[in-house]
Amino acid sequence: MDFAAVWDYLSDGANWSGSQGMGAYLVQQLLLTLTSVVAAAVVGLPVACWLGHIGRGGALAVNISNVGRAVPTFAVLVLLSLGPLGVGELGPYGRAGLATLVSLLLFALPPIVTNAYVGLREVDREIVDAARGMGMRGGQLFRSVELPLALPLMVTGLRLAVVQVWATATIAALVAGPGLGNVVTEGFASSNTPQVIAGALLIAAVAVVLELAMAVVEKAVAPVPADTRTGRATRPETPGGTG
Amino acid sequence: MILGQSRGGSHEATLTALPGIDTSSDCYNFVNNAWFCPAYLSDYRSELLVETWEHIWITVVSVLLGALMAYPLALLARRSPTVAAAVLGGSTILYTIPSLAMFSLMLIPPLPGISPWSVVIGLALYTLTILVRNMVAGLEAVPEEVRDAARGLGYGRLKLLLRIETPLAMPVIIAGLRVATVSTVALLTVGSILGYGGLGNLIRLGVQNDFRAQVLTASVLCVVLAVACDLVLLGVQRLVLPWQRG
Repeated sequence: MDFAAVWDYLSDGANWSGSQGMGAYLVQQLLLTLTSVVAAAVVGLPVACWLGHIGRGGALAVNISNVGRAVPTFAVLVLLSLGPLGVGELGPYGRAGLATLVSLLLFALPPIVTNAYVGLREVDREIVDAARGMGMRGGQLFRSVELPLALPLMVTGLRLAVVQVWATATIAALVAGPGLGNVVTEGFASSNTPQVIAGALLIAAVAVVLELAMAVVEKAVAPVPADTRTGRATRPETPGGTG
Repeated sequence: MILGQSRGGSHEATLTALPGIDTSSDCYNFVNNAWFCPAYLSDYRSELLVETWEHIWITVVSVLLGALMAYPLALLARRSPTVAAAVLGGSTILYTIPSLAMFSLMLIPPLPGISPWSVVIGLALYTLTILVRNMVAGLEAVPEEVRDAARGLGYGRLKLLLRIETPLAMPVIIAGLRVATVSTVALLTVGSILGYGGLGNLIRLGVQNDFRAQVLTASVLCVVLAVACDLVLLGVQRLVLPWQRG
């Protein structure tokens, strides 16, 4: 194996074109990631915000992340595609599209819910009391005080979800599902090491780009520069887990 | 035949034992492909034991290697905010790399290639993000008065670190080890791309053969193993830090 062969594979346009090319797989996996993270946010954020606002269900909101960490993404992908969801084609999402989307949604939920909940609960109680003293109630308190202050952690949750989902979508190929993982599994199947490494490099590169892009968003929504927020730099983070 | 599965042994045995070939069972055969099948547990006992053992040893070695790498990195990170940012940022980037890609990149020489050590290295790198963070947080949480008192008693830097700071940071470090171990158990299944995924090997073969009992049993065992590892570490924490109890 030499790097020239990997480079040759990556720079050959033929490997990017067609329905089995890296281009199509890349688009497919980006589409899977976007769809499932948006769906998870639509489902998870309102629930997490409501729980955080009324201050209940903390054990649930936090434990969902612990459960999500202990359950192998690979196992869920396999169980869902061998189960009732099946491996049928689903439009642009490809073979086992539905099973893959549902798995991705399930693994996007924990970081989104936990971080949004924690973000809302960590809003300084004195600020909330002050807002109440100024006459703010329910919805207004949530919109003008709690939500803006919780926003950075919510975006952290979305960032972790994007990274988690991108990683899990890669594994779908092990279940004969969609996505860029197919470049790697096909490379293994044909003992084409340059293809395996080229596919892995592409998957890793996009993951890093997504992470950095989400980090930029995270910085942009922070109401206070991160370094003045107490304990942020060294706070023990519980990542969503790479699939 | 997939590259990662060409190592023979119990894997070949599992591969040939398709549902249906074994006629002694009534819950996996040509007509019945049940999810729950007690007969699977006894018929495939040796495969389950082999893969569970592989799962356990790779997990233990990976987390230990991760901790061995994380400790000096945490000490470096403590020296300056710039180093801390570099170490934490670097480990976060590593954590971002999907496991399938991470294990596949181990084919690049001089990395071990098709070997359990590739899985170990990949998993150890993943533990860094949580372990370094918790080690730094644990060490920084040691009260300054405690350090002063120790220095007053004549503790040098190394003795202060090993006898005072590290023990006091242990609760946070063990909390990190628990998180790292649980996610390592889950992530290890993807090592089946290289043929060294512990119970993941059985899941992989199960999906190829549409063998539901095997997939469900191996998946449940993974979760049981994750919970068991968590409880063992909790026990260790109680044992080595008795003052934390209650």
